[in-house]
Amino acid sequence: MKKILKISIFIFYFLFIGFSLIFHLESGELIAQNFLSFAFSMLKIVPVAFVLIGLFEVWVKRETIEKHLGDNSSWLGFLWAILLSGTTVGGLYVAFPIAAVLHKKGAKLSVIFTYLGASAICRIPMMIFESSFLGIKFTLVRLLVSLPLIIISSVIMGNILTKTNYAIARH
Amino acid sequence: MLILYLVTVILVIISFIINKQKTIKALKIAIKKFSKIMPAFLTMLILISIVLYVFPQELIIKYLGIGNKYISTLIASLIGSITLMPGFIAFPLAGILHQQGVPYMVLSAFTTTLMLVGIITFPIEREFLGIKITIIRNLACFAIAIIVAIVTGFVFGEIGI
Repeated sequence: MKKILKISIFIFYFLFIGFSLIFHLESGELIAQNFLSFAFSMLKIVPVAFVLIGLFEVWVKRETIEKHLGDNSSWLGFLWAILLSGTTVGGLYVAFPIAAVLHKKGAKLSVIFTYLGASAICRIPMMIFESSFLGIKFTLVRLLVSLPLIIISSVIMGNILTKTNYAIARH
Repeated sequence: MLILYLVTVILVIISFIINKQKTIKALKIAIKKFSKIMPAFLTMLILISIVLYVFPQELIIKYLGIGNKYISTLIASLIGSITLMPGFIAFPLAGILHQQGVPYMVLSAFTTTLMLVGIITFPIEREFLGIKITIIRNLACFAIAIIVAIVTGFVFGEIGI
């Protein structure tokens, strides 16, 4: 039922877009433009990210991830998570599947949360871009305040969820 | 961007030379994961195309540029949470807002929630991490963004003690 609803929304959306393009309805044309520009920028990154995730899944041993990012890993696990996030491209929509596969391989929840938060706020190319528009001081304040908060909240959330035996649905 | 493609191609080739079966398995995993997540991505694209139509840049500039800075900060954090923009649109927009005299505190609330909080990416995040984590993470990140905005306000002398 839910699926039928979803598919009919998809169909309705694309019918509306098609109709707008034929009859030059401005709202539909603008929406189509937004759709295409986002679809294009995501299709540039997402397939590549999934290939890398696939390679990661077959080649990286579970023990390796467990040792460095797992339940018994040290604070270095957080450092790895932040360093990894610095090289993540795209945005959160790329970070989610990476986080999921890391967790599947045994990384603990607090490290996963840190990775997600850090990949939102400290991707290196993005920070360079940000500071060129808003100044280095702005970027530094944002980074220095948010990063410790991300780590602290990740540890708290991770510990609570682990204690209540929360398990991420497997995909 | 080009480097990413190059690295990926090289890694696939190396992987293929070392172990053909494993590489094929990896590519199969990639295709399977990708096709599984496509509906969620499609949902997100539909949502973002509509949201950006409802909140065009001119409107954002208009609403953040006026009135009380605390209210603006709140509005900025809400717009930032709802919308999703790539950096190459968001930061130039923030730059324009700054030139129009919008305080750094408001810009910080906008860009930080834009990056950390994702209402639009909810369908994808739920698919990968489950609904509970998705809700908790977004709430925590919203709170963090507000704190960052307030500290930014202090640092730039926009709010006094």
